[in-house]
Amino acid sequence: MPRLINLHPPRGSAAFLAVLPFLVLIAAYLFGSNTRLEANPDDKLLPSVATLVDTVHAYAFEEDRRSGEVLLWVDTWASLKRIVVALGISAAIGLGLGLTIGAIPYIRALAAPFVAAVSMIPPLAILPVLFIVLGLGEVAKIALIVIGVTPVIARDVALRAGELPTEQLIKAQTLGASSWLLSTRIILPQLWPRLIDAVRLQLGCAWLFLIAAEAIASTEGLGYRIFLVRRYLAMDVILPYVFWITLLAFLMDWMLRIARRRLFPWAESQR
Amino acid sequence: MASVTVKRLWKEYGRQVVLENLNLRIEDGEFVTIVGASGCGKTTFLRLLLGVEKPTRGELLIDDKPIPPEPGPDRGIVFQRYSLFPHLTVTENLLLGLEFTGSRFLGRLFGAKRRTALEKANALLDSIGLYAARDKYPSQLSGGMQQRLSIAQSVICEPEILLLDEPFGALDPGIRADMHEIILRLWSQNRMTVFMISHDLKESFQLGTRLLVFDKRRQDPQDPDAYGATVTYNLPLKAKATDRLAA
Repeated sequence: MPRLINLHPPRGSAAFLAVLPFLVLIAAYLFGSNTRLEANPDDKLLPSVATLVDTVHAYAFEEDRRSGEVLLWVDTWASLKRIVVALGISAAIGLGLGLTIGAIPYIRALAAPFVAAVSMIPPLAILPVLFIVLGLGEVAKIALIVIGVTPVIARDVALRAGELPTEQLIKAQTLGASSWLLSTRIILPQLWPRLIDAVRLQLGCAWLFLIAAEAIASTEGLGYRIFLVRRYLAMDVILPYVFWITLLAFLMDWMLRIARRRLFPWAESQR
Repeated sequence: MASVTVKRLWKEYGRQVVLENLNLRIEDGEFVTIVGASGCGKTTFLRLLLGVEKPTRGELLIDDKPIPPEPGPDRGIVFQRYSLFPHLTVTENLLLGLEFTGSRFLGRLFGAKRRTALEKANALLDSIGLYAARDKYPSQLSGGMQQRLSIAQSVICEPEILLLDEPFGALDPGIRADMHEIILRLWSQNRMTVFMISHDLKESFQLGTRLLVFDKRRQDPQDPDAYGATVTYNLPLKAKATDRLAA
């Protein structure tokens, strides 16, 4: 009998195993929903599939009676805009900080301890400060994500820069590289894949901060909608929205993974 | 090509003496092989020549001028590992030195300059048998191919001094013979002064025009760090590379 660690499922079985937990979750939901609705047809906790389909249809394909907008798309657009802009800003600052901290000892001495300290500030604790200083508009929400995510990305990128073998940096100098060329042609290109990894790992945090900011002060957005309908125990809205957010986050992660593989093929074979 | 002069050179780390009272005169175009037990300062000596370490006392002169305090294109280096840039293909790795020196801001060459550089790179790739692998990344190459590329990468910058830190240490004995042929050829064609650390005595005798043995003259069993290593044997070997290439 081979060891468990040496047993690999064939392709088909692997696909089935991957789907299995999802199937179990869906089955458990249907069972729970049926049982509860049988006992009390007005139960709101686990809405039936029919109710879910109706609600999704109303939110995704019909105009809202009050505002005349299709709510799901308005919310999705608002949230995606915020999170993509915020992640873009975070990635740019994180890369710049990480590169200079990793490459230039004077910048490291100056900025590394500060970034390390700032990364320990719980971003949600300063959310009120952001709302007070920046107002209730888009800027405060984007700022929350940027403040929460950037220091982690910067530290991760700087760590990667520090991991580059000294031999490489010395070799580049013997080939005539200045600090500038060393940074732009040797260090920076090797940081891109790690930047993508760092952003991927921060996606969850970014969504958390986004939903928190939207829950408190917003007029549209996926997080805003969830917290709005919570007042009416509208699980038929909340559950599809949560599913939708999860799907969006998953797609972003997947696209970043594909981009990494396409743009930096050399980084794949290195792992 | 360049001559190297070492005068009463000491290197200490705190109380630990690594090199003591080193005196040497290496002429233009010599191929110096360096052997010695581990931890007796061979690599430290190479790092001093490279400019990443400074002597504690004494002088280190290249062409009778003090050595620059940081690595530069006049002194090439090949390490045992990690000398290649994993994000660049074989050709890009080889072009790098020409691009660094030819384009101070972008570090990239375009147009006619790029074509000239590519011709030079391709000729060199051909001579080290890597032309077919020119579009591969370093991680797709065997150890021997990586080291050949790494040597070529340094040579293309036409350094006056080439430093080799156990370049063939991680290679199979069978591949080493090819590597010896290549390094001797590049050395005679490019008129460099070569310093090569090796663990292999036979290789050191075969390749070098001069063999240096690093060892400690004195030992204090109670305080092993008290005395440093120095050159205990300085043997002139056969002079001409071409003779040995034919042999």
